[in-house]
Amino acid sequence: MPAATVEVAELTRRFGDFTAVDALTFSVHRGEVFGFLGPNGSGKTTTIRMLCGILPPSAGVAAVLGHDVVREVDAIKRQIGYMSQRFALYDELTPRENLRFYGGVYGVSGSDLPSRVTGLLDRFDLQAAADRLCGSLPGGVRQRVAFAAAAIHQPEILFLDEPTAAVDPASRRAFWDMIYDTAAGGTTVLVTTHFMDEAEYCHRLALMSRGRLIACDSPAGIKHALGAEMMEVVCDQPARALDFLVDQPWIRSATLVGTRLHVLLRQEGTAERLRATLSAAGTPPHSVAPAAPSLEDAFVALTADAAS
Amino acid sequence: MGSRLRALMRKEFIQMVRDRRTLAIILVMPVMQLVLFGYAINQTVDHIATVVADASKDVRSREFIQSLANTGYFTVIGDVGDAGAARRAIDEGAARVAFVIPSEFGANTLAGRLAQVQVLIDGSDPSVAQTALLTAETLARARGIELAAAGRTASSAIDLRPTVLYNPSMQSVNFMIPGLIGLVLQTQAVLLTTFAIVRERERGTFEQLIVTPIRPMELMIGKILPYVGVAFLQVGVALAVGTFWFGVPFHGSLALLLALSLLFLLGALGIGLLISTVTSNQTQGMQLAMFTILPGVLLSGFMFPREAMPGVLQAISSLIPLTYFLQVLRGTILKGVGLEALWPQALYLAVFALAICTLSVLRFRRSLT
Repeated sequence: MPAATVEVAELTRRFGDFTAVDALTFSVHRGEVFGFLGPNGSGKTTTIRMLCGILPPSAGVAAVLGHDVVREVDAIKRQIGYMSQRFALYDELTPRENLRFYGGVYGVSGSDLPSRVTGLLDRFDLQAAADRLCGSLPGGVRQRVAFAAAAIHQPEILFLDEPTAAVDPASRRAFWDMIYDTAAGGTTVLVTTHFMDEAEYCHRLALMSRGRLIACDSPAGIKHALGAEMMEVVCDQPARALDFLVDQPWIRSATLVGTRLHVLLRQEGTAERLRATLSAAGTPPHSVAPAAPSLEDAFVALTADAAS
Repeated sequence: MGSRLRALMRKEFIQMVRDRRTLAIILVMPVMQLVLFGYAINQTVDHIATVVADASKDVRSREFIQSLANTGYFTVIGDVGDAGAARRAIDEGAARVAFVIPSEFGANTLAGRLAQVQVLIDGSDPSVAQTALLTAETLARARGIELAAAGRTASSAIDLRPTVLYNPSMQSVNFMIPGLIGLVLQTQAVLLTTFAIVRERERGTFEQLIVTPIRPMELMIGKILPYVGVAFLQVGVALAVGTFWFGVPFHGSLALLLALSLLFLLGALGIGLLISTVTSNQTQGMQLAMFTILPGVLLSGFMFPREAMPGVLQAISSLIPLTYFLQVLRGTILKGVGLEALWPQALYLAVFALAICTLSVLRFRRSLT
């Protein structure tokens, strides 16, 4: 059993009357790619900030690499890397100079630094841009430089806060390859996202909604744990049918996916009942067929459960 | 077109009102400028700080001293005893003018002989010096006419012996250049620090730095020290331009001036740091920095003699570090005086630097979380 690198119990953060993070409990294992999935404002960034030791919790405890996030901040800061959505780079410096700066800040020794910088530039395919000013580089390249800067001191844990929010889909895919590559070397990666497709790449996921943890498992486990049957419905006027279905007590959740409806049935729900109900509502279905729930289906269903 | 225009104007007003700091500047700045300019730009110099050294100590000399005060231009702040003490009072900046009355003054006027009075005038501020000189001469002539009318010979008038110290030709460039050096330094130091920190905040690199093992003290010193160096370079350049280009004579100790410049710069950098903790973008930083610089321009004695200001403005002026630094600059450059005369200014600059740095460090630490 690998040791937990992050251990969180009842972690809470309040801002005035507003509870941004509400009694989170989870742990992250070494070498894991652990994702926080949730909409904006669900408490992902606040959680990361607490784990990095830059925001004190209001209640609860959190230990990162065995160090308490309140009392042993200095020990934590030395061993973690952090990358924000804004790619905190100095525009007037080149990628090489940015990496050297962050290396210096993390105390990477003088003679070791240039070779490590060159190594990272090679590894992340940044040699061509290494000596141009960061301000002139495209988003995808800046993102890779920011990642390299966060990893310059070979941290035990990398915290990535919405690292792909501001780049194009092609760069997003390439970026996840970098994440896997880094995790394969033993680095634990904690990453926040609001992209469902990205969340599928994580080893384990924490689903967050309004500051609360509504599920914590592998993407497959989360979908499986729904324990509900999903039906894909094709009908005319799907929006009208949706309005009608969400009120049925035997339906756990219903969402519009393109022109189709994804309907999660509770125990007492059946395909026949669904067909009959839709016909009675004046929107007879062209087809009702079982389908595998996506992460998005699971997320919608679980948030609906948590809210009720 | 009407609706588009209306929508745009409406949006501008909403933005203006929602950005509280900008709103404050919109409302306060014009009033502040009017009041400051209105009162400070009072070119009539009166209430010039004056000391006397009265060796005669009789009815005649007291009459003369009273007539000085009666002009309204001289405010006699005391009798310092002898000519040496009078000179020291001017060196220290306690007085701008000194009247040295010899012991035979009373006897000479009584006997109808010409009575000498020595006048020492601080020439570092030409407008003050000129007013003092003119008033003293007018007064002496009037005394002569008065005495003649009283039946004495005109030769029994007062023989005024004026000496304009430090800047004998009363050139305004000698007055302006040291002041400008102070003003330029203050502006540079405040703006540079403000921008250096606010820029990082704006771009998100500040947050990145907070996550690294860097300590608040290291962050602050590391960010400010380069600007101390730059500001010192600017002192050197400004002094060189003043001395070699404008020909302002440098009479005092360069080492002392540099040491006191450091104290002044620390205070200015502290102000910049403080501004950076209450602003979130460079525009706001710029506006607030100008807010601190304007009183320096108008009230420090940079352009307008402090003597001519109303009491409230004089009180405000006495809190502004630039006021003291200008005295240091003019004191070392023009008067050639040392720490024995400038220690009160040095003390204030040190106290101010310490206070503002402590305050800004505390606020800066708090702004990190």
